[in-house]
Amino acid sequence: MKSFLKYREIWLLAGIVVLIGLISTRFPGFADPANLRQVFNDTSILMILALGQMVVILTRSIDLSMASNLCFTGMVVAMLNAAHPAIPIPVLIVIALAIGLALGAINGFLVWRLNIPSIVVTLGTLTIYRGATFVVSGGAWVNADQMSPDFINFQRAAFLGLPVLSWIAIIVIALFFMVMTRTQIGRSVHAIGVNPTASVYAGIDVGRTKFIVFCISGMIGGLAGYLWISRYVIASVEVANGYELNIIAACVIGGISIAGGIGSVGGAVLGALFLGIISNALPVINISPFWQMAISGSAIILAVVLNARGERRQGRIILRKAEAA
Amino acid sequence: MDTTAHDGTVKERPPASAPRLTLSGISKSFPGVRALHNVSLSLYPGQVTALIGENGAGKSTLVKIMTGIYQPDSGEIGIDGLATTLPSAHAAFGHGITAIHQETVLFDDLSVAENIFLGHAPRTRFGTIDWRTMRKNAREVLETMRAGHIDADTRLKDLGIANKHLVAVARAMSIDARIVIMDEPTAALSMKEIEELFLLIEFLKSEGKAVLFISHKFDEIYRIADRYTVFRDGEMVGEGLLKDTGQNEIVRMMVGRNVDHIFPQREPKIGAPVLSISGLSHPTEFDDIGFELRKGEILGFYGLVGAGRSEVMQAIAGITRTSRGTISLDGKTIAPKSAADSIEAGIVYVPEERGKQGVVIGLPIFQNVSLPSLARTSKSGVLRLAEEFSLARSYTERLDLRASSLSQDVGTLSGGNQQKVVIAKWLATAPKVIILDEPTKGIDIGSKAAVHGFMAELVAQGLSVIMVSSELPEILGMSDRVVVMREGRIAATYDNKGLDAETLVRTAAGIA
Repeated sequence: MKSFLKYREIWLLAGIVVLIGLISTRFPGFADPANLRQVFNDTSILMILALGQMVVILTRSIDLSMASNLCFTGMVVAMLNAAHPAIPIPVLIVIALAIGLALGAINGFLVWRLNIPSIVVTLGTLTIYRGATFVVSGGAWVNADQMSPDFINFQRAAFLGLPVLSWIAIIVIALFFMVMTRTQIGRSVHAIGVNPTASVYAGIDVGRTKFIVFCISGMIGGLAGYLWISRYVIASVEVANGYELNIIAACVIGGISIAGGIGSVGGAVLGALFLGIISNALPVINISPFWQMAISGSAIILAVVLNARGERRQGRIILRKAEAA
Repeated sequence: MDTTAHDGTVKERPPASAPRLTLSGISKSFPGVRALHNVSLSLYPGQVTALIGENGAGKSTLVKIMTGIYQPDSGEIGIDGLATTLPSAHAAFGHGITAIHQETVLFDDLSVAENIFLGHAPRTRFGTIDWRTMRKNAREVLETMRAGHIDADTRLKDLGIANKHLVAVARAMSIDARIVIMDEPTAALSMKEIEELFLLIEFLKSEGKAVLFISHKFDEIYRIADRYTVFRDGEMVGEGLLKDTGQNEIVRMMVGRNVDHIFPQREPKIGAPVLSISGLSHPTEFDDIGFELRKGEILGFYGLVGAGRSEVMQAIAGITRTSRGTISLDGKTIAPKSAADSIEAGIVYVPEERGKQGVVIGLPIFQNVSLPSLARTSKSGVLRLAEEFSLARSYTERLDLRASSLSQDVGTLSGGNQQKVVIAKWLATAPKVIILDEPTKGIDIGSKAAVHGFMAELVAQGLSVIMVSSELPEILGMSDRVVVMREGRIAATYDNKGLDAETLVRTAAGIA
């Protein structure tokens, strides 16, 4: 299974390389390291969000409220910054994480204690969190001129040749990798996704684990809220409207099974990069945004088909081994 | 509907004493398991035949062959004296064979009339469903069954189980079923509902249907059936008229005397009580369960399916809650609120359904083994893979696991080896009490012997084992004492000295 997963990610990586190659034939500068760094930076927020979504999907759940959480948290930190420019940015980031955590905990609590399917819970909170954004802002925007220079420039500062935003993405990727492969919670997430019943017998608290993953996706949504607002320098009720679907698309393209249990940090990152490259490259080579949507959509279906074929092949291996034994 | 009725090999046959359905020389094997071997069964019009046998005797396999779900490896199926085949469920349906299961397979959100006529609803001239005729026909069918109290427009989910059975029978009547299979239909019914069901079976008899009645309960069998057929280990061991045959004779046929498996010889060194259960009760599943498990002992739990054995064990393992009663381990009362609590205390439960409840397919072997022990193999939440590996290695080696690498996906192992992974996983938690629920169900003879040998080794090392099993040879071959449960209560506890299978079956079935 492990080597098989690597296999799948290598294919996705190969697909990305081919994609970059194809784009380079039309737009020679695309494969330049400087440009690729730019693409990575542009995709950082999507990668972070996809990782948060990944842990939720692995447990056979889904978090549809991430983009609304992002919008709400982004609005609150933007308003805080506008009202109290003296609050240092690291403190604002901690506040963003805390607000995101609180919103995620609400999702997690409803899924855990009231046993409501996560798709229903987060469909509700998707609307509620966006509505709450309207309530706190009164429908007003926070514009670039209301934000402090620190607020806007923090993620743009270069450090060892990369913007801070890229570094944040790299740190988040590394953290998720450690959590998923080296901690009890990571192992539990995988186990309950593959076989919830066996996990209960093994002493894993399935409900509590789901609560924790929603807390994680909530924190990620909050973090992404600050990053998004300071990147696009406008906070409004419309921020990231419908973006939850891009996040889920990145996960699906990255080989994370919607049925739970199967998926990896590398897959989520590569899936996000794939979408990032498409949305960065197609405008510069004069392909209309509508084609862009069609291509993203086709990539999703192709990824699902390829993954489903992969699963089947694995099934046959089981049968052959069982007969041989 | 009847296009498939005459396919297969058709040849003339004398109409004998006119059984409606004859199965002869039917055999069916699955990889590693011989489910049926050369069995025969005849069903007669207007008569009820009881199919009797222990769990795993092959009854369900036979029902699946009769309803076209499985194909026999060899043997002949005859309907009204004509040899035929049942290549699909549709073909069986076309021959008028219908099965009514314990959990009726109908559609909760459809109306009674829709359920009765699903797939053969009357049509109008335009090809749309003729609702008016359908309701009228549904009412007629229900009235002929003296079930006119059921409204054809009610949604099925608003009916009780007994009435659902009536709808299932109405469906059988509407397709002009001639052979009705009832697979443990009384399991979920109250006394009154069972009486109603028996009236219905009488009605089916009077309509000339051939009925196959599968039940574990002797009082019901003697009450309703005319004939019996007994299966044991996939073979037909007796048949005849019930009025000529006593209960004890049938019990003897069921249990037989066949020793095809040598159990490990052991000299039990039984010590002080380790686990004491008293007054353990659950609102619906079991009541006032009390027993003691001693150090170095194998305590067998025998009973019919649905006697509540697994439910009791799951309560002890912290998976289900109890309403009353105490569990004490080494003299200390424990109140496990989760599986993790029980594992921590030293009680592990190895569940019955290996695939669903045991292994986590997709995770490598070593991660399966370490899953319940992660608290020990990790340090403040951080996993230590080397620890996990050595834990997995030491236990899988003791169980003689055949795998090329411990990083291999557990799904690539054979059933027997998966079972070993499950057992290794639980042993790795260093338990005091290990509860094995049907530990050898569905695994091949070789793996069975390995599991039995290992159980003997466990108790020799001072562990205590509770073994829930429905296989009499296993119960008699492995247990030091046997607890028999019936309908959620402990019926008797026996020392396994000179204990015989018939006593156990009689106690489990409640035959005085």
